[in-house]
Amino acid sequence: MASLTLDRLGKSFGAGRAVDDVSLTVQPGAFLALLGPSGCGKTTLLRLVAGLERPTAGAIRIGERVVCDDRSFVEPEARGLGMVFQSYALWPHMSVAGNVGFGLKVQGLTPAERRRRVAAALETVGLGGYGARRPAELSGGQRQRVALARCLALEPPLILLDEPLANLDAHLRGAMQREFRRIHRESGTTFVYVTHDQSEAMALADRIAVLDRGRLQQIASPTELWRAPANAMVAGFIGGAAMLPVDVVAVEPDGTRRITLAGQVLAVPGLAEPGAGLLALRPADVELLPIEAARASRLPTAVVTDSVYRGDGFVCDLRVEGLADAPLQAVATAALEPGAAVGLRLRGGWVVPASDGG
Amino acid sequence: MLLALVAVYLAVLTLWPLGRLLVEALGPGRDGAPLGLLLDQWSSRSTERALMNTLGAGVLSALLSAVIGTAMAFAVRLTDIRGKTAMVFVLMLPILIPPQITALAWIDLVGPSSPILAPLGLAAPYGATNPLYSFGGIVFVMGIENSTLVFLAVRAALAALPRDVVEAARVVGARPVTIVLRVVLPLTLSSILAGLILAFVSAIGNFGVPALLGIPGRVTVLTTLIYQRLNGFGPSVLGEVGALALILVLLAVAALVVRARLAARHAVAIDRSGAGLEPFRLGRARRPAELAVWALLGTISLLPLAALLATSLTPAVGVPLGWDTATLDNYRFALVGNDATRRAFLNSFVLASATAIVCAGLAVPLAYLSVMRRRRFARALDLVADTPYAIPGMALSIGVIMAFLPPLPLLGVSLYNTLWILLAAYLARFLTLALRPVVSGLETIEPALDEAARIVGAGTVRRLWSIVLPAAAPFAGAGALLIFMTAFNELTVSALLWSTGHETLGVVVFFLNYEGNATAAAALAVVTVAVTLALAGLVSMSARRLPAGTVPWRA
Repeated sequence: MASLTLDRLGKSFGAGRAVDDVSLTVQPGAFLALLGPSGCGKTTLLRLVAGLERPTAGAIRIGERVVCDDRSFVEPEARGLGMVFQSYALWPHMSVAGNVGFGLKVQGLTPAERRRRVAAALETVGLGGYGARRPAELSGGQRQRVALARCLALEPPLILLDEPLANLDAHLRGAMQREFRRIHRESGTTFVYVTHDQSEAMALADRIAVLDRGRLQQIASPTELWRAPANAMVAGFIGGAAMLPVDVVAVEPDGTRRITLAGQVLAVPGLAEPGAGLLALRPADVELLPIEAARASRLPTAVVTDSVYRGDGFVCDLRVEGLADAPLQAVATAALEPGAAVGLRLRGGWVVPASDGG
Repeated sequence: MLLALVAVYLAVLTLWPLGRLLVEALGPGRDGAPLGLLLDQWSSRSTERALMNTLGAGVLSALLSAVIGTAMAFAVRLTDIRGKTAMVFVLMLPILIPPQITALAWIDLVGPSSPILAPLGLAAPYGATNPLYSFGGIVFVMGIENSTLVFLAVRAALAALPRDVVEAARVVGARPVTIVLRVVLPLTLSSILAGLILAFVSAIGNFGVPALLGIPGRVTVLTTLIYQRLNGFGPSVLGEVGALALILVLLAVAALVVRARLAARHAVAIDRSGAGLEPFRLGRARRPAELAVWALLGTISLLPLAALLATSLTPAVGVPLGWDTATLDNYRFALVGNDATRRAFLNSFVLASATAIVCAGLAVPLAYLSVMRRRRFARALDLVADTPYAIPGMALSIGVIMAFLPPLPLLGVSLYNTLWILLAAYLARFLTLALRPVVSGLETIEPALDEAARIVGAGTVRRLWSIVLPAAAPFAGAGALLIFMTAFNELTVSALLWSTGHETLGVVVFFLNYEGNATAAAALAVVTVAVTLALAGLVSMSARRLPAGTVPWRA
């Protein structure tokens, strides 16, 4: 296992910056997810680590070894990493054992040692006895396992995975996630895993780095990312929070922020300093009250614009009174007609600065 | 390293000859005037006449090609006539049979001693001049010869048309004829023009047809003018013929630029994802349509070949062919009785095999670097490799003579008058025939296959061998066979580069006919056509396992 350090890493394609000034450290044996919307630069970042792209700025260290900086660049052939591609990239003209053993052959291992390592790697991914098959004869999930075995056979200190589950159906995805967790645990190798699916990142990783437009937005544990998003982008991307413009009036000694939302004063935890801020509210953070009760306790009110039945309740689209362009969602226990007025009581919420520089 | 190897190959065999051609052609005249050679040549009456003939024959034959090629493509693609596979194969014959043999076959068919027309009483009277020995004859034969280029372009365009453009027209009540004229034709017009321009470029660079028909008919075009000058006066007139060749190059480049412009401007945005066109049902008109197509194909493709075969079995020109007169003597003479033909078989075989092997071997790393590694320099080299095939072959030959007539540096020997100069020209001209299928093949392979091998530590040579070659081999193989077929019968390039002892088959067929030994020429032509068709069959069989677009006649 090896640590991975990125130091002010940048990559430009023409005028566009795919990766912009990213610095982060991954501890040995950690499972890091690179998470972000499509086009955020996460795959480019992974390819930079692999050596498949040359950075335009910054440095990369794997363990104690500098694999690229201003002066030097180690080709991917010499980095000794493992990588699982989104398309699996199995060599169609080789058998499963041939695919898994190719890297070992390149490294000059004896045939006996090769056979042992290939068998062990296939056993690990649950494909013992499949060595003679061709990739074309395997299902999507099995190909995925072969691609992983091809990495594991080389016992690399760091494995890079580029959306490895994107081409599988939902059922198989869950099963493979459990496999990845098990194999990560058993091998002790450092994993860096690219995904656009926040639930997948949460399920797998012990650290998540959120990227947007090439910049690192936040790197934190899944629980912290959920509980305390650093800015509006992260809050919006993780858990789909709605963003309501608020004024932060004061910071209390315990860290709670006193804010005004559509004229009503509320106390909410968060990061924002006094001034303009954004209140992140997930549907579960909002409790709907009868309109009279809200008026009586000087709570914010809203108008229902749409209501859709989702089995465990009615998901309502709301327009908060006094805020024109800030749609909000909440879950109601009974159907509400469009146009109905409701009161809002907050069970949670998190305030972030209005401008995040991202 | 690999890139350097490819770069040296292209620099020596392509850029150097073409550069020499440009420099020499732009050189001062005999009186030292700047650009004198060019101005002298371009203003002479004989050049003017040849240029007019070249342009006239080029334009008229391209129009004929466009009519035949478009009609055939529409018939094969838009109707439900039967026997399409056989029709397409016959339409492809002009690609497989070199121009000089096509011309020879037509001479045999139409001439006064035609073994097919004479028994029917349709041939010209004995002793009369063959009517094909004329400007019209050149236009006619080249027009048929190049119709395949238009056919391929139009067929590809029709294959890319989604069926909903036709179905939408049917829903609003348009009849099939209206749909073809108002919907399909406008959508394929740019491809018809593109094919027409290709036919024009092919026609102006053609040597075999004007050599066999125009020289006896005293109709001179630029290619035959270059040939006669260089044959008559030797390498001392290289500069002058270089200036003539430059006209051909400029015409070809101008035409290809127009074609690229057209392609860019007339690109109609069509959703290509839908299903292909459904052929129109001809109903009761189907049988007459089939008969009409076969009558045309029979006349323009099969009948001349039959005449060639019949002539090859005739003991002497003018003797009627029958069971009692048929003889294999011509084959005996062509295959074993004559030193020059025996040498030519060996030379053409060696040249074609060597070219096929070297070019296919080089195409794999070049295509790999340009397609899978996206190296800019490799992509530039890829373009350079196309040039010697895009420009007329005669211009390339002159450049090659200019480059390799002086003794080679260090070795001190000249390649001129050896087989090597032919090999040099072939290697330059035919590389693209192997490169194109390998490039289109590797484009279908995801770069991640290569990247995955880099990640597990395999170096470039290792990856080329273990990962890229297995994927590219079928394409390289198809390209190699294509090169062999083309080079085996080649005449345009060899006509200027051959020397005694270093003849090629194309040259020998040409000279046998020129010396009046038409029956031996026919016999030799039949043998080379048979070899080519056998190889084409081999390519077709392997092409079934290749993606579409790898082999030109299955595009």
